[in-house]
Amino acid sequence: MKKMTSPYKWGMVVDLDRCTGCGACVVACQAENNVAICAKKEIAQGRDMHWLRIERFWVGEHPNVRVRFLPVLCQHCHDAPCEPVCPVYASYHNPDGLNGQVYNRCVGTRYCGNNCPYAVRVFNFYDHEHAWPPPLDNQLSPDITVRPRGVMEKCTFCIQRIRRAKEEAKAEGRLIRDGEVQPACAQTCPPEALVFGNIADPESRVSRLSRSPRSFRLLEHLGTHPSINYLKGGGREHV
Amino acid sequence: MSEHEMAAKSAKQLNDEMLSSMRTPTWRWYGLAFFLGAVAAWGLSAFTYQVMTDMSVTGLDRPVMWGLYIVNFVFWVGLSHSGTMVSAILRLSQANWRRPILRAAEAMTVFSITIAGLFPLIHLGRNWLVYFIFPPYPSQRGLWPNFRSPLLWDATAITTYIIGSSLFLYLGMLPDLAVVRDRSSGWRKKIFAILAMGWRGTAREWVVFRQTSTLMAALIIPVAVSVHSIVAWDFAVTVIPGWHSTIFPPYFVIGAITSGVAAVITLMIIIRRVFHLEDYLTPQHFDNMGKLLLVICLLWSYAYFVEVQTTWYAHEPIEWEVFSFMSGKYTPLLIFMLIGNSVLPVTALCFRKIRRSVKMMLVITVLVNIAMFIERFLIIVPSLSHKNMPFIWGTYSPSWVELSVTAGAFAGFALLYTLFTKFFPIVAITDVRELDVRQAEVRLGRAKLPSITTKE
Repeated sequence: MKKMTSPYKWGMVVDLDRCTGCGACVVACQAENNVAICAKKEIAQGRDMHWLRIERFWVGEHPNVRVRFLPVLCQHCHDAPCEPVCPVYASYHNPDGLNGQVYNRCVGTRYCGNNCPYAVRVFNFYDHEHAWPPPLDNQLSPDITVRPRGVMEKCTFCIQRIRRAKEEAKAEGRLIRDGEVQPACAQTCPPEALVFGNIADPESRVSRLSRSPRSFRLLEHLGTHPSINYLKGGGREHV
Repeated sequence: MSEHEMAAKSAKQLNDEMLSSMRTPTWRWYGLAFFLGAVAAWGLSAFTYQVMTDMSVTGLDRPVMWGLYIVNFVFWVGLSHSGTMVSAILRLSQANWRRPILRAAEAMTVFSITIAGLFPLIHLGRNWLVYFIFPPYPSQRGLWPNFRSPLLWDATAITTYIIGSSLFLYLGMLPDLAVVRDRSSGWRKKIFAILAMGWRGTAREWVVFRQTSTLMAALIIPVAVSVHSIVAWDFAVTVIPGWHSTIFPPYFVIGAITSGVAAVITLMIIIRRVFHLEDYLTPQHFDNMGKLLLVICLLWSYAYFVEVQTTWYAHEPIEWEVFSFMSGKYTPLLIFMLIGNSVLPVTALCFRKIRRSVKMMLVITVLVNIAMFIERFLIIVPSLSHKNMPFIWGTYSPSWVELSVTAGAFAGFALLYTLFTKFFPIVAITDVRELDVRQAEVRLGRAKLPSITTKE
C-alpha cells in the first residue's frame, strides 16, 4: 500500500505574552465552524460547545493579582490519545498531521473525549436543531455540516479553508504559500497571538517562532507530540 | 444431607424435589414476575425517552463523559464472571460439593453478561448506529472497524463470552432436559424433546458428555479471565490519571470474582428458601463458598492496597490529585466500599459459625455486591472529573434516566432468572445423582463394595 505523505504539517504557535484574553478567537471559531450556540443552562451543566476556550488563571495575592490567559484548542497531536480508542475510525489522523473527525461515522462512544488529556473534544449532548433561530440560520457556513446530536466534534484547524487553499494552489501548480491560509481564530486575533502555518517548512513563520527559547508544549510529558507550541508568557513581570 | 438420608430417597423423589421449581406457578410467582416486569419496562421506557430526546437527559458533561452506564457495564461483566468460572474450576478440581450449585451459578453468568452487553449500546450517543462497531462481513459498507480500539475488543470478548457461557450452561443441562422431557406431557414434552436433542443416556453419550464438559470447563476459564482483562484495558490503556495503571487487569479480574462469588451465594440462599431445597444446599455448601469468598476478598484487599500504595508513594501530582479528590468528595462511599469489600468479609468469614449461618451470609454477600458497585463508580467517575487540565475539572451526578435504566437492569436480570427457574431445572439433577450413584455400595457376591470411586 502506498504511504500517504504530504508536504504540509500544519501547526500553530500561541504567544502567551501577546494574548489579551479578549475571546475574539472563540467567537470567530463559533461563527466559522457552525458551532452550536448554547443556552445558559446548557453551559452551566458543562455542555458548552466551544472548540476553543480561553483558560483564565489568577496569579498572586490581592492586591498584587495578575491574570493569565491560556487559549486551549485541539493540539492536533501526532500521537493523539483520541485516535486509537475510536472503534469506528471516526477519529483519524490525516496526512497533513491533523486529527480529523468524521461526523457521519461517529456513534458517540465519547471514548475519545475521555481520553483527550486537554479535554478539547465537545459532545453534542443536545439536539442543536434550534440553536440558530432565524435569521441566525442564514449565517451558517455552507462549507461544513451542522452536527447532529450524539456526535463528538472538535477543532479542525478550519480544514475547509485548508482544502480550498490547496485546490487554488494546485490549480496554479504550486504549494500553499506561508500565510496564505489561516484558521478563523488566528485570522481574527487582534494582537496576532495565534500564528498558523506549515511546520514542515523550516522557513515558515510558525516554524521560526516555535524555535523560540520560550517555546513549550501543553502536557508534553504525556508524549502526545502536539502540533501547537506555546510561547511562555510573563516576560519581565514574573510573579 | 447425610448419606443415610440420601439413600432413603428414591430416584423419583429426588427428581421431584430437585424439579420442584418447575411446578405450575403460584399467584405469588406471577406477582413477582409482574413486579419485575414492570420495573424492567420502566427502565426500558427511560431508555426510549433518552433515545427520542438526546443525551442531555443523562447527568454526563465535559469532562465526565462516562457515568453510571459504564459503571453498570463493568459491574455486570464482573457479576457474570464467577458463575461459569466457579463452576468450571470446581468441575476441574473435582470438588463434590459443587454439584447442587452448578446450574444456579452458570445461569447467573449468562443473564448478567447479557445485561452487561446492553450497556455499551445504551450509553452510545447514536444507539441506532451500533452496528458500526461490529466487523462487517461481507464488508458492504466499505468501512472496517478499528481493531486498535479497546471498545472493539470489548465487543469481541463479550460476544465470545455470551456464546461460550450459554453453550456451557446448555451442555451441562442436556441430561436434565431429557429428565424433564420424560416427565412432562403435551406441548411441553415437544419443546423439551427438541431441547434435549434426543438424549437417551447410552454409555457412549455419557462418555462424550463427560469429555465435552471437561473440555468446555477448561476452555471457558481463559475466556472468562480475558473478558475482564479487556474490560480493564478500556481504562488501563488510556492516558487518564487514575485509570492508567498496570494493575488494572488482574485487579478487575479479582474484583469480578469477588462480586461473582458473592452473587452466587446470594442466589443460592434465595433459591434454597423459595424452592425448599434445604436438603441439597446445606450449610456445608455455604461454608465452602464462604471460604472461597474469604480468599477472594483477601486478594481484593491486597490488590487495592497495592494500587493505592504505589499512587501514594510516587505522589505524582495529578495521580494524587485524583485520589485526594475521590477520597474527599466521596468519603462515605469510599468507607462503605472498604468495609463492604474488605474489612467486613475478611473478618466475619473467618468464623465457621458465620459461614454456616445462612442469614449472616445473605447480609455479607449483599453488602459485598453493593460495595463492588460503588467500587466501579469510584474507579470511573473521579478520574474523569479531575483530568490533567485543572481549568476543566467537573463533577457528575446521575440523572433519573440513568437511575431508572439501572433499576430496570437489576429487575431485568431478576426477571430472566425467575423465568429460567420456572422453565428449566435449577439444580443440576444429573450431577447430584451422579455422586449418589458413585457413593452407593454394590453387592459383589457376598462382599459390599463402593460402586466406583468418588474420584472422577
